[in-house]
Amino acid sequence: MNNEDIYNNVVRIVSKHAKDPSALNSIHPDTHILNDLKVNSARLVDIVLDFEDTFDLEISDDDADRIATIGDAVKLVKALKN
Amino acid sequence: MKRRVVITGLGVVAPNARNREEFHSALLEGRSGIRFIPELADLGFGCQVAAVPVDLGAALEKIPHSLRLSTNESMTYAAISAMEAFEDAGLKPAENEPYDDIGAIIGTGIGGIDTFAERVYPSVAEKRIKRLGSTVVEQIMMSGSAARIAGILGLGNQVFSNSSACNTGTEALIMGCQRIELGLAQVMLVGGTEGSGPHTWAGFDAMKVLSRKFNDNPEGASRPMSASAAGFVPAAGAGVLVLENLEHAEKRGARIYAELIGSAINCGGMRAGGTMTMPSPAGVQKCIKQAILAAELDPQEIDYINGHLTATIADPLELINWSKALGREPGDFPWINSTKSLIGHSLGAAGAIETVATVLQMHHGFIHASRNCEDFHPQIADFARHAPQSTLKVPISVAAKASFGFGDVNSCVIFRKWRPL
Repeated sequence: MNNEDIYNNVVRIVSKHAKDPSALNSIHPDTHILNDLKVNSARLVDIVLDFEDTFDLEISDDDADRIATIGDAVKLVKALKN
Repeated sequence: MKRRVVITGLGVVAPNARNREEFHSALLEGRSGIRFIPELADLGFGCQVAAVPVDLGAALEKIPHSLRLSTNESMTYAAISAMEAFEDAGLKPAENEPYDDIGAIIGTGIGGIDTFAERVYPSVAEKRIKRLGSTVVEQIMMSGSAARIAGILGLGNQVFSNSSACNTGTEALIMGCQRIELGLAQVMLVGGTEGSGPHTWAGFDAMKVLSRKFNDNPEGASRPMSASAAGFVPAAGAGVLVLENLEHAEKRGARIYAELIGSAINCGGMRAGGTMTMPSPAGVQKCIKQAILAAELDPQEIDYINGHLTATIADPLELINWSKALGREPGDFPWINSTKSLIGHSLGAAGAIETVATVLQMHHGFIHASRNCEDFHPQIADFARHAPQSTLKVPISVAAKASFGFGDVNSCVIFRKWRPL
């Protein structure tokens, strides 16, 4: 999976939980998952499970806690895949 | 002083209709929503027919995108019905601040058992707890549907779910009414919801209370008041009504369907013939009488009864209870029908969906066909001419609705059609 695939999949997964769909139109690596997309914080658990399934990896609770932006998630997935 | 309470909005998702307008025409046409369900046959159910809402399509799109993964079947029906009822009442979802004077009581009999069976049980059995994610609790908590509705509409008054088996939907209506009468809320969304599926229905099938002799004739399977009634047809759906303080409704110029003029809730206490599964005749009659007393009504004024009438052995008993409680012999009995003859028995949702049916019939002046009672039960044969087998166009001024549930619990409510001065 190349970098673009990782980015697109992260966006696809996070988008499912966005309370503000209009914010999806201007999504970029610095988009904050909770603040900008208004994702319910409880849903971060589901997003991480979806990352694990999609990218076939395991994400520790500590790593999961460090995900704030789309870019954070992409960086973490890339690091765990390498 | 007790506030007067009126109905200003109706919403429904039923096995024969996806919304209020379709439900109106389905009732008018006596359209059945009962179908053969291959999954029940594969699983070895005695009853292989059921009534489940289908093709919700565009209505599903109304549930906000971010909530769809955490909204199971019963919550979905409740949310769609509530949004429809709210809109019908001319109300709009709150923006930044919740409506402090609007609450909700949305009950369920069985709740999110499908979510439990399909997700919680397998994950725990396989020791994969983490895989449950964050969306399970809100789908199995009994107040899930009420909570979902409060979030979508922005309700700031009391929001909760009641549960009293098949009595649930009507009980919710009465409890919401009481809250407005006491001045604790101006508007209450009330109703009931139930999902479908083998896990919800298996226990009833094992009890042999479901219809199992008409698997090859689904539309003939729900036979309230019939000599060949052989159990109820399991069903799913939701009904939600907007109840409102009359003054509040008049002030904002709301369209009023009917006034809720009297109600009662009780329990037979499982004495004097009552058991966990059979109502005490004395308890039922007391409940109906209390509702009439509260309505300050002469029982002769009741034009129409929407019965609980499930198509079990309890139907003849129910008619006799109505007759005794109203003091009206078979020759002098109101019109009566069973909405379950069209859409089966949706447990905790039944009372709410049937109340929507009652109000629509009052509003439009008709009584829908009570299907499949051409062979009326001999014990109640004298009542047969009061149960129309085809649609009857007739004005209804006063209607009574009752529901009864396992646990020997009862509720009865009386409505008067609204006529502006």
